[in-house]
Amino acid sequence: MEFTSVLFYVFGFCFVASAALMVSSRNTMKAAMLLILSFFSAASIWLLLEAEFLAVTLILVYVGAVMVLFLFVIKMLDVDQSTLRAKFTKYLPLGIVVAAIVIAQMALVLSAGQFGLDVVAEPARHAADYSNITELANVLYTAYVYPFELAAVLLLIAIIAAITLVHRKGSRSKKQDVSEQVNVQAKDRMRIVSIPSGKRKESK
Amino acid sequence: MIALSDYLILSAIVFCIGLAGIFINRTNIIMLLMCVELILAAVNTNFIAFSYYGNDVAGQIFVFFILTVAAAEVAIGLAILTLMYRNRGSIDVDVTNSLKG
Repeated sequence: MEFTSVLFYVFGFCFVASAALMVSSRNTMKAAMLLILSFFSAASIWLLLEAEFLAVTLILVYVGAVMVLFLFVIKMLDVDQSTLRAKFTKYLPLGIVVAAIVIAQMALVLSAGQFGLDVVAEPARHAADYSNITELANVLYTAYVYPFELAAVLLLIAIIAAITLVHRKGSRSKKQDVSEQVNVQAKDRMRIVSIPSGKRKESK
Repeated sequence: MIALSDYLILSAIVFCIGLAGIFINRTNIIMLLMCVELILAAVNTNFIAFSYYGNDVAGQIFVFFILTVAAAEVAIGLAILTLMYRNRGSIDVDVTNSLKG
């Protein structure tokens, strides 16, 4: 057994196991942590497939940004776990049935022998000075430059949409109104009240 | 030697786990979003495996765009989730039935 095969089975086992544990976990925080583990395993598998740039991107963008966002929301919302827990087993049979059907369908497709080593041979590994990033950039900035720009615009739209959705108007912002400050009168700021002095209590 | 089918089987298994997770955790929207992320990771593994064995870098470019769209989707999804929690005090899917006829 080759060393890369061993690596594949180790990372694949981690991927599947963490995914299964995440799905069956009732604690959302624990599930997020297990999802991070499964992303790391997926990135390792992508490294075996010589997609170094995407593997690093998956860890930087997904673990570094997206999952941190998830953890923020989980901690901020303080979800009531008890009501969610009660309904956990309600849909379990349905989920298992659907997953079994999909697994059966995919097994029928994959077991037809179209993707074995005798049909699709493993390509030769690239040399040590091969740069995946250069390879990607050569295509990304020439043939795919238009979708690339569109992706940038899409991210901008996502930023604006997310901010406008959760932005609260008025009550929280403390901005100054210059005209109101200039036109202020003394009586707006200070009110003189005449209070009659009370009778002093004599002490014995 | 690892065949292409090994990678495809691996990602098929993870895909099915994510799909089952959507059914199991139907009431918790955060878990639904995380299961969608898991499914996307499985699909991306498929793309990269085909890209490697087909010796074509276009598959990796597609994964790049999927990652972009997924990041945007998560940002907006979590914003909607926050809004929903603020308005209703719960993220239970069964509570959101105001459009029910």
